[in-house]
Amino acid sequence: MVTLEHYLVLSALLFSLGMVGVMFRRNLIVILMSLELMLNAVNLSFVAFSRYLGSIEGQIFVLFVMVVAAAEVAVGLAIAVAVFRQRGTINVNDISLLKW
Amino acid sequence: MIELVWLIPIFPLIGFLINGLLGRRFSEKTIGWIGAGAVGASFVVAVSIFFELLKLAPGSRSVQKIMYSWIWSGDLNVPIGFLVDPLSVIMIMVVSGVGCIIHIYSIGYMHGEIGFRRYFSYLNLFVFNMLILVSANNFLLMFVGWEGVGLCSYLLIGYYYEKKSASDAGKKAFVVNRIGDFGFLLGMFLIFTVFGTFSYVDVFSVAPEKLTQGGVLVTLITLLLFVGATGKSAQIPLYTWLPDAMEGPTPVSALIHAATMVTAGVYMVARCSVLFAMAPTSMTVVAVIGGATALFAATIGMTQFDIKRVLAYSTISQLGYMFMACGVGAFASGIFHLMTHAFFKALLFMAAGSVMHAMSGELDMRKMGDLRKKLPYTHWTYLFGTLAIAGIFPFAGFFSKDEILFYSLQKHLGFWILGAVAAIMTSFYMFRSVFMTFYGKSRVEHDVAHHLHESPPLMTVPLMILAFLSLVGGLVGIPIIQGGHVFGDFIGPVFAPAKAIIDHGAHHAEHPSVAVEVILMAISVGIAIFGLLVARFMYITSPESPDRVIERMPGLHKLVYNKYWIDELYDLLFVNSIVEFSRLLWKKFDETVIDGAVNGVATVVQAFGSVLRLLQTGFVKDYALSILVGAIVVISYLVLR
Repeated sequence: MVTLEHYLVLSALLFSLGMVGVMFRRNLIVILMSLELMLNAVNLSFVAFSRYLGSIEGQIFVLFVMVVAAAEVAVGLAIAVAVFRQRGTINVNDISLLKW
Repeated sequence: MIELVWLIPIFPLIGFLINGLLGRRFSEKTIGWIGAGAVGASFVVAVSIFFELLKLAPGSRSVQKIMYSWIWSGDLNVPIGFLVDPLSVIMIMVVSGVGCIIHIYSIGYMHGEIGFRRYFSYLNLFVFNMLILVSANNFLLMFVGWEGVGLCSYLLIGYYYEKKSASDAGKKAFVVNRIGDFGFLLGMFLIFTVFGTFSYVDVFSVAPEKLTQGGVLVTLITLLLFVGATGKSAQIPLYTWLPDAMEGPTPVSALIHAATMVTAGVYMVARCSVLFAMAPTSMTVVAVIGGATALFAATIGMTQFDIKRVLAYSTISQLGYMFMACGVGAFASGIFHLMTHAFFKALLFMAAGSVMHAMSGELDMRKMGDLRKKLPYTHWTYLFGTLAIAGIFPFAGFFSKDEILFYSLQKHLGFWILGAVAAIMTSFYMFRSVFMTFYGKSRVEHDVAHHLHESPPLMTVPLMILAFLSLVGGLVGIPIIQGGHVFGDFIGPVFAPAKAIIDHGAHHAEHPSVAVEVILMAISVGIAIFGLLVARFMYITSPESPDRVIERMPGLHKLVYNKYWIDELYDLLFVNSIVEFSRLLWKKFDETVIDGAVNGVATVVQAFGSVLRLLQTGFVKDYALSILVGAIVVISYLVLR
């Protein structure tokens, strides 16, 4: 029997995995992928709770998150391309121009 | 028609706005005639109101017209309102009438000047403020006009602002006037605390009940008001700005520093006649200051060589006469002299401007002489003005000056002597200027002599109008004949309450006989002619005699010629100490304390910033980490609570 806890643990694992990826990887593309992972982890818990509570709102939210995630990836990848054209690298440690 | 009194100040304001805002593309002619026309329109309205007023019974010639509630806060209710009574109507007519003539003259005089438009907008703004000053029905609105004319005076004195001396003179006039305004303002505050209102009618009607005759309070109020008057009307000790004000264009001197603005103080004292009548001490102060100024300024006038400065000191001296008249209780005579003085002094200034125009800007009378053939109109009009100011029968000045001397004698012999001696000097220095300028041998420099020319009709016609007024303007005040004093009868009701108060206290002096009046008149004319003859002897018959007189008493001449070193004394006593103190504040207080505080705050912020800046690494992962840590802290707090 797969209970709510199983889903939540999986979701937490995926989320932590994504977070570690965001924090410790240097490649912008990988960071974006990790972000997606985090979002999908959240989606998983949304769906799980939706099922558990018998309410539809959680699934609606998932659709929203997916739409936002798609838009975010589009923008993020466009930025990655632009940065690469500009500076020839997508290593985030090399693009820290906003500090003084 | 009286209802339309608000039109009077509105016209010049419109003229100011049109010329000031839209005049950029107008030709000189258009600008000039808009300016003159606006003031002329005011004059027309004023005259029709005057005739309307004449139709009313003498006792009820005081109409208030409230336009708008300007300030309404608690007990303070100040309207924009106008008071039409004989005093204000006469002032309005003098201001707008003489003002209009001077505007027309200015079109000719200022021809081709840079800033022609600026000049005419300022001039209209000035007339607007002056009309507000004399037509207001309460102290606060009068103060608005009072400050407004001060501002315009500053702007117009500094008209040639590229010239250091002109802009300095403008600043001096402004600052000295501010000192006087300070007194006026305090007086006004006192009036408000005592009466709870600024309205003339309310204040003056309850003054005899609220204040004790000769009490400290009323004396203080009137003295403070008089401080304001000394500033604006250039009396001792605040007269020093007026001679310097001659840096402005000559028509400005004629309009502001002879005919209108400087008389504001006299007007104000006359307006407050009830208050002054209740404070005999203040009356004495006013009379003494007035008489002393009349004499003091006349002595300086005798030694000056700059024709405009002679006229400036003469103005101060004549204003002293007016104050002396007010001080001895002859308010009507003071206003009468104000009116005649407006005619002949504006005339003299503008004639001097015409001379200056012909002489390519030369003002030194030592470089003039024998101009009467080259400048016939200017010569005749200047002569008329001189005859009027010297008080030769039947010119305007004779009647008004004689009247003042008559009333001063009634009050105290000392005032009469002050006035009479000043009158001799007046006659002397005025004829001295006539002889030095228009008669004798020509001392004109060669290259200037070529260009000598009479001024255009735009300038000479206004001169002639004023010369005519200087001749007949006094006839409204013919003395002796009972009921013949048209002017006195007209304006009398305004001063009736004050007169009642004065007569009530004093033991009633019996009216001097006609014979005394005639003798006094004869003395006045004799004085004037004596001055004329002395001037004639010194500057025509034996031109070397002035130098001999100077040799005889070099110390005295030096003292008077340098204006008693009053300016230097003021510099030493007040100006320098204030400047030094200001410098101290600047260098020590401002630069260390104020700037130190501001810079200190900046330094502290910068220090914090430079530490906190280390947190901003530019690496997104660091930020993400801090968010994570924060989230963990918050969640663990919520969970473990």
